[in-house]
Formats: sequence, structure tokens, C-alpha cells
Amino acid sequence: MVPAAFGGELPTWRKEICMWEYTDKTKEHFLHPRNVGDMEDADAVAEVGSIACGDALKLYLKLDENQRIVDARFKTFGCASAIASSSALTEMVKGMTLEDAEKVTDKQIADFLGGLPKEKMHCSVMGREALLKAISNYRGAPEPAVEGNVVCECFGVTDVEVERAIRENNLATVEDITNYTKAGGGCGSCVDTLQEILQQVRSEMTAAPPPRPKMTNLQKIKKIEETLEREIRPALRQDGGDIELVDVVGNRVLVATRGACATCQASAQTLENFVEKKLRELVWPELVVEEVSS
Amino acid sequence: MKTIYMDNNATTQVAREVVEVMLPYFHDLYGNPSSMHSFGGQVGRKLREAREQVARLIGASPEEIIFTSCGTESDNAAIRSALMSQPGKRHVVTSRVEHPAVKGLCTQLVHEGYRVTEVGVDSEGRLDMDQYKRSLTSETAVVSLMWANNETGVIFPVEEAARMARSRGILFHSDAVQAVGKIPINMQESVMDMLSISGHKLHGPKGIGVLYLRKGTKFYPYLIGGHQEQGRRAGTENTPSIIGLGKACELAAQNMEAENTRVKELRDKLEETLLARVPRSRVNGDRVHRLPNTSNISFEYVEGEGILLMMDEHGICASSGSACTSGSLQPSHVLRAMGVPFTMAHGSIRFSLSVYNTEEEIDYVIDRLPPILEQLRSMSPYWTAGEGACASQG
Repeated sequence: MVPAAFGGELPTWRKEICMWEYTDKTKEHFLHPRNVGDMEDADAVAEVGSIACGDALKLYLKLDENQRIVDARFKTFGCASAIASSSALTEMVKGMTLEDAEKVTDKQIADFLGGLPKEKMHCSVMGREALLKAISNYRGAPEPAVEGNVVCECFGVTDVEVERAIRENNLATVEDITNYTKAGGGCGSCVDTLQEILQQVRSEMTAAPPPRPKMTNLQKIKKIEETLEREIRPALRQDGGDIELVDVVGNRVLVATRGACATCQASAQTLENFVEKKLRELVWPELVVEEVSS
Repeated sequence: MKTIYMDNNATTQVAREVVEVMLPYFHDLYGNPSSMHSFGGQVGRKLREAREQVARLIGASPEEIIFTSCGTESDNAAIRSALMSQPGKRHVVTSRVEHPAVKGLCTQLVHEGYRVTEVGVDSEGRLDMDQYKRSLTSETAVVSLMWANNETGVIFPVEEAARMARSRGILFHSDAVQAVGKIPINMQESVMDMLSISGHKLHGPKGIGVLYLRKGTKFYPYLIGGHQEQGRRAGTENTPSIIGLGKACELAAQNMEAENTRVKELRDKLEETLLARVPRSRVNGDRVHRLPNTSNISFEYVEGEGILLMMDEHGICASSGSACTSGSLQPSHVLRAMGVPFTMAHGSIRFSLSVYNTEEEIDYVIDRLPPILEQLRSMSPYWTAGEGACASQG
């Protein structure tokens, strides 16, 4: 039996990767990486990771007039497989159009190297992230918004992520949090904040009843409909408004507003302060209400 | 290609003399030391001799020596016994830089409802003695502090810490796995109650450990079901390994001076030359209060695994405080506890020598390592050649 200390899972932290777990091709790309260096006249550039994380990759792409990648260069700070994956990625994308390059998967990068140990798959993920970011930078797309407030500046971890890690893994110490999220593993200045979050969440966890069994989507929809009908619609209707459930995707509850609500300036507040609050209380606490136009 | 082994804090080569004394006890003298017949009895006599050899190395008496299967078992047995013998006390004091054998157990104890205080260290890896003193309470059952750190070699003032615990009636255990055999230890002059030793760290075999238990200390066995080790550790004795460990302890006493002169000089030469030849490098941990064989050096803006893999191509074996793994890319808990900046922590390499290393090997490493670091740094987005500085944000 797995001890309770490990949250029902065997500990996997600090599993060392041994040299012999790398394929010959990975070793070869590590020892003799292709396309290392900076590019003065790059058309697309992206940086992912940070020195705090332990790996970082700077990727440069040179495009021709048909948006085909004619050259790729990289600089990587990281372990052997991070360097090998970067080398592999630059070799793979040369000659591709941006559309084709966007479709490159983590697995393809790993396969190019004859596979990576599963603990090292994040190295290929970093390659793909850099590629997508470079393409999106080239096209001028905005950066995606971050959920919650950043607590750990070193690793860019938010309070929402920390809280989720504590709840999902039943974490007991700040060190557990660091092991799961990296938060607090850099300069350590957020350790007090993490301790506060931990105490808060743990007291909520012990106060709350034991976790309910996971609901199926159908059960969720049914329960949401009931709650809308009983608790929410009567209040909205008093102001000539209404609400409709459109879909449920994981924790996202997609709704459309009707009648007066559809044109009301305050409907966003109503959704958050009233509808979402009520649904969280009565259906499941992690849900997020989102308005969609229908 | 010749293997240059500089990873002796991970494990050591079993001494040839040790192998020789062990060999007869596998095939020829395989008797059970507990048997009534003289065939088994002769093995029993040999175990007694081994027990005396171990006791002599640490200034203990033979009945204070309990053979276990490894250092980790000794640590677990010591701390568990201290808690079981004082059921009213639910507090454990340890440090933030312990070996996983103690650290992991303490995490488990927290889940079982015990309170654990992890005393911090400063940037040199030295124990915060003020915090330590404050953490000792009437609730505290046991203190467990390592004698010397496996990653940095930093030696804790364990004797002073043990006296402070003793004066408050608190049991004291030390994980001395890295210290025994490298620096003199005399339990007769000590007030510690328990001490852990591991065979394979001092040129003995793997799979054998020792728990020193001071005479008169209440003990609750970890393994139950036999009279072996005076009922303190059940299970048929690992006779070849116990006999091997006895010999290894005898050799360690003989080599103690060489360890603290010749090995120390080799370590210092390696360290000083690398620091001089490689820009942006530094030693992690207190260089004065340190094991004579250990050097933990950080090379800024490179990642440890890459260094290890490239050194491996030259036959050089060392280890790294960085851990590029799935869940976590963070450097070792020891370097984090010391607040080593992460530009440095990811590129930390531990060299740990033994009496078997030669000056020629040191020169080989000094020759091969700097170009490896240059090559890796030329690939790093944070390194600007020539300037030796950080090119972009950290």
C-alpha cells in the first residue's frame, strides 16, 4: 500500500535520469548540436523558459517570401535532452511552411531523437512552445492572459495554480508546493505567502465535507439547470431578464443571457457575483461561469 | 577509456582487502552464526571480531553496535525508536539539508501527526544555531542532525548541538554516513545517543549499515522476529558484509591521516585550479568546516546534467546538484536551503575523492573540464562570450 504521505501516489520527486536512458541519437545531438547560435536578421524570435526554471530556449527563424522556414537557430540553457531537442527541432522545421511548422508535435520532436525518457518529455514541450511562440510573435498575436495573481516571481506561478496543486494533491508543506509547482524554489521570497495560502486552503479543506464523487457532465447539466430554475431565474425575471445554459466543458459553465440581461451593462457583474457564486455554492465549487453569445 | 572516479560520496570501491576477507563466507564458511554447531560458531566468532573493529573506529564498545542493512535503515530505526520510547513527546528537530533518508521519514512523520522543525542553514551551509536552540522544547523527543553534508561536505557542530539537546533531556541522533571514516569520531567523548553508519561509503560493501546505540538508551526495534543483535534487529546476519565492514573500518582508521592530508591536498588542487581557470565559478559551502574529500563547485549559466554527460565522454564520474526531472527542475534541497542563486545552482558539480585517486587524475580533470564548460556556455542564451556575464534577463 502506498503511504498516505504520498497522497496515494508513490513519490516521484528527484528521480534521477541516467545517461544510459538516452538514445544514441539524443546523445549525438547533444554532443554535436546542429544550428547553435544567434541570428542577426531573424524574421521570428521567441524565448521560453527561464534560468530559474532550469531550462530556457531562444529560437530564431528565417523565412522566405512564401513564409517558408529557410533557416533556424537556437541557444539553449538546459540539460542534455533540452539541447538535443532544440537541435532536433531546428533540423525538423527547416523547409516547412509556418502552417506545417505549427503542426509539429512534442512527440514528433521526441520521435526524431528515437524517443526521450518520459521524465524528459518537457524538454520537447519547450521546443514546441518556442516554435508556436515564434510563429505567433511573427503574426503579431497577443500573449494569452494569465489566470490569477503571480505569487512566485521566479517561476511565474500564480495563486490559482498553487491552490489547485494543494487541493488536488493534498499538499501539507510549503516544500510539497515547491515540488509540485516550483513556486518558492527560486529566491524564496514568496515562502511566507505560500505558507499563508497553504494555511488558508488547508483550513478550508478540513472544514469542507469530504470531496463529493466526481459528477458526470450529464449530472452537472442537470444540477445546473435545477439551480438556475430554482435559485437564479426568479431573481433575473424580476428585472425582465433570463439566462440559458449553453454547454458545460470541464469546469467551464457556458451561459447566454436573454431579455433585459442581454443588453444590461451590469450583466457581467451579475454573472460573477450572483450566478457564479450561487452555482459554486450549490453545484461544484471550482466551476467558472462564462458568457457566450448565441 | 580509463574511468576517473570522483563520486565517492555516492558510493566507493570496495577495498581489495575487504573483498578478500569476505569471500570465504559466501561458499565455504556459510554457517549461521546462531547455530549450536561449531561450523556456524566459527562465523559467530568472526562477527564478534568485526563488531570490535567497527566499535574501535568510532570509539564505542562492541555492544553499542547494531548491524543493519544500510544507513537509511539505521536512520529510520533510530528516529522511530526515539519516538516510540517517548509517546508523550510529538516533536522532532532536524535540518533543512538532511539526506532523504531522514528528510523523507520526517515528511512521513508530519503526515502521521508529529510536529517537525527543520532548522535552516546560512549561505555557507552552516547550521543556524540560534534557531536550533529556540526549536528545542519540552515537547521535543529527538533531534536528528547529519554530521557532514553529502552534497557540500559541510560539517555541522553536532557535538555542541548534542550537548544542548542532552541538557534538555532530548535524545540526539546523527546521520554520520558521510563522516565516518573521513574524519575522527569518538563516541566515548560524545554525548550523542545514536549514530548511523553506511558500509559502502567507506570502501565496504553495499547493503550493510550500523546503528550505534549508546549503552542504556531505551530502544524499540524496527525489525521484529528474531534474537539477532540482542533482539534489537531481527533477521539472519549478513555475515560476509559484516565481516567486510569490519575490515573496511580497520582500513579507514589506517587511512584517516592520508584522507586528511593527501586527499585533502588533491581536492584543494582540483578546486583552486578550476576556480582560477573557469570564470564565474564558485564553491558551495563552508570551505573550512568541510570533509577533506568533497568539493561542490558551481559554474554559472550552464546546467549540471550537460556537464556530467560531457565529462562522461571523457570517463570522468561526478554528480550534480541539479535535477532536470519531470515534476521539478529545481536544484537540490541543500543548495536551495543555502539560497544559492539559481544561475549558479543549476550548474553545480560535486567532486568527491577517495584515497584511490591520484594526482594524475586530478590533472586530467583540470585539463578536460574547462573546454566542456566553454562549449556549453557558448550554447547558453544567458552567456555572452568574452564578457563572462549574463546576456539577458535571468
